[in-house]
Amino acid sequence: MSSKAEILQKIKNSQPSGLAELPNLKVLGSEQFDVLEMYKTVLRNIGGNPKEVADYNEVIAYIKSNYPLEKRIITTVPELSEIAVLDWTNDDPHSLQNVELTIIKAHFGVAENSALWVTDDILGQRVAPFITQYLAIIVNKKDLIPTMHQAYDRIGNQEYGFGTFIAGPSKTADIEQSLVLGAHGARGLVVFLMD
Amino acid sequence: MSSKKIIEHSEAATRFNKDVERVNWHDETLWFVREKRDKSANQIQDWELLRETASQIKNNVLANMHDYLSDFEANAQKNGIIVHWAADAKEHNEIVHSILQKHDVKQMVKSKSMLTEECHLNDYLADKGIEVIDSDLGEYIVQLRKEPPSHIVLPAIHLKKEDVSETFHEHLGTEKGNFDPQYLTESARRQLRDTFLTRKAALTGVNFAIAETGEFVVCTNEGNADMGAHLADVHIACMGFEKLIPKREHLGVFLRLLARSATGQPITTFSSHFKKPRDGKEIHVVIVDNGRSTQLGRPDFRNSLKCIRCGACMNTCPVYRRSGGHSYHNAVAGPIGSILAPNLDMSKNADLPFASTLCGSCTNVCPVKIDIHDQLYKWRQVLVKEGHTPTSKTIAMKTMATVLANPTVFNLAGKSGRFVMKNMPGLVNNKMNKWYDQREMPEVPEESFREWYKKNSRESKAKKDE
Repeated sequence: MSSKAEILQKIKNSQPSGLAELPNLKVLGSEQFDVLEMYKTVLRNIGGNPKEVADYNEVIAYIKSNYPLEKRIITTVPELSEIAVLDWTNDDPHSLQNVELTIIKAHFGVAENSALWVTDDILGQRVAPFITQYLAIIVNKKDLIPTMHQAYDRIGNQEYGFGTFIAGPSKTADIEQSLVLGAHGARGLVVFLMD
Repeated sequence: MSSKKIIEHSEAATRFNKDVERVNWHDETLWFVREKRDKSANQIQDWELLRETASQIKNNVLANMHDYLSDFEANAQKNGIIVHWAADAKEHNEIVHSILQKHDVKQMVKSKSMLTEECHLNDYLADKGIEVIDSDLGEYIVQLRKEPPSHIVLPAIHLKKEDVSETFHEHLGTEKGNFDPQYLTESARRQLRDTFLTRKAALTGVNFAIAETGEFVVCTNEGNADMGAHLADVHIACMGFEKLIPKREHLGVFLRLLARSATGQPITTFSSHFKKPRDGKEIHVVIVDNGRSTQLGRPDFRNSLKCIRCGACMNTCPVYRRSGGHSYHNAVAGPIGSILAPNLDMSKNADLPFASTLCGSCTNVCPVKIDIHDQLYKWRQVLVKEGHTPTSKTIAMKTMATVLANPTVFNLAGKSGRFVMKNMPGLVNNKMNKWYDQREMPEVPEESFREWYKKNSRESKAKKDE
C-alpha cells in the first residue's frame, strides 16, 4: 500500500464518528465602529503610516517630498508613471533587489487589523511588496470594511494564484521582545486612503 | 536531539532555575506576552464566540479528516501543486531530499516550520550534504548557536540580547558588545538577503490548508516565508495533516484568533495564500502523518490535533515560564507539547504530562478550546497504567494506596511519621526526599486529627449529657 492509501485508511479508521456540523459564520463580524478611524488607529499601532489623499496628484506630491526619487521606484499604477517605472513586471524577480519603493493598489482594507488584500494580478510580481525597502499601498476609502468576515465574503471565490493580507511593515521582536521594523520585508509602509 | 540522552523535565527545570535573575526575566517576558494577548482579546466583543466557532470548525475537521484531505489533494493538484504523502518523519525527510536532488539543489532557505523540527530535517539534510538556513530571525539565532527553538512562536525567547550579540559577533562579525536589537536585526537582514537571493529552493511551513480550494496559508511577521518562496524555483511546504480547514471563509475566524492569541497583534504582518505556482516554477506540499492518525484514534487525546500553534498555552503556563522550552525536550514545548509528545513516544516523553500544576490556564486561553489540562491529567493515568513512570514513583504511589486504604496502617504510619519528624528530622529533611526540595517540612502536631476528634467528640458528648 502506498503511504497515501495507508494514511487515509488509518485516518478513516481513527476519525471520530458522529455529526460535528460546521458552525454558522453569519453571526460573526457584527462589530460597529467608524471603519476609517479604526483603520488609521490600528495601522498606526502596528507601525504603519496612514495618509488620506484626494487623488493621485497628492500621492505623487507625497512621494516626491518623502522618498529619494533618484533611487529605484516601481509601481503597477499607470497614474504614477511620473515618479515610478511600470516596465518591471516580466523581469527576473531577483532583479528587484535594488528597489527602494514599491507602490501598489489593494483590493480592500480591513479596519480591525489594518490588513490590505492584494493578489498577483495587481502585484506585478509576487515578491514586489516583500523585496522592496519601503512599501506604499493605495486603497479607496470606500473599500474599507470592518472585519475579516466581511473580507472573506468579499474575496468569495475570487480566482488567484497568490494573494496576501499585508498589515503594517515587516517586523520582528525575536531579540528580547524588542520590536524592530524592517525584518526581511519592507522597513516602512504608508497606506494612501483615497477618496 | 533524538540520539542524545534525554534529561527529564524536572531535572532540566532545576538547572534552569539556578540563575534566579534570568528565570525571573524569562517568566516576566512571557507573562508580558500573555498580557498583550489579553488586551487584544478583550477588544473583540465576540471573542468567546470566535473561540467556540473555531473549536466547532476543528471538531468538524477531525470528524471528516479523510474526505477533506482527499478534497485538498484533488484541488491542490488542479491548481498545479504537487502533493506528497509521508507516513513518518523519515519518509518526510526523504521526500524533501528527493525534490532537492531532482533540482540539484545543495542549499535551501527555510522559514518557520515546527514540523521540520519534529522530523529533524536539518540534521538529515546536513548528512546528505545539503545546507539549510533558517530565515526567521529567532530560528536563525538558535540555528547559529546549534540549539533547537525553545518556543514555537518565539524561538529565541530564552536568550538575552547580550547572548544574541555574542553569537552574531562570532558568526556574522558584528561589533563586540553592541547589544542594540535594531543593529543586530539589521545585520541579520543583510546577511539573509543574500541567502534569499541565491537559493533555488525554499521550504515553508503551513498554517492552514483549505480543502475547498486546494490553497494553503503561511503567516509571518518578517516576510521571510514570502522572500524565500517568491524568489525560489521550488517551494516546498510541509504540513501535518491536521492543518486542514474546510473552507476559505473559515480563515476569517482563524486569522482573527491566531495572532491575537500568539502575541496580541491584530493579525500577522503577512497572511499569504498560495494557490498556484508561478509560471514555470513548482510548489510541492508534503502532507505528514507521523503519529497523528494514532492520536486521532485516541478519543481522550484527539482534540490536541485542533491546535493552531499560537503558543498562548506556553506564555500563560507557570511551569513553562519557569522552566524554559528546552526542558521539554520536544519540538513543541509547553502544555500543548506535553499532550502531543507522549503520542510520538510514550517512554521518552513520560515525564512531560507531569510538568504541569493542572491549573487550567492553558485551557482558558486556547483559541480552539482544547481541554489541555484535562488531557495532561489523563495522560498521567495512561502512562502509569502502561508502566512508563519511574519505579520509585510507582512504589511510592502503591505504598500510599495501601496506607490510605487501611485505617490501622494509616494510624500507625501517622504516629511513626510524627515520631520520626519530631525526634529524627534528618531522616525526612534530607536530599533523598523530593518533597523537601525547595520546601520546609511542616511542624509536627502533637496528635492526629483522628485522635483529636475522638477526644473532643467524647468531651462534647459528655457536655451535652450534663
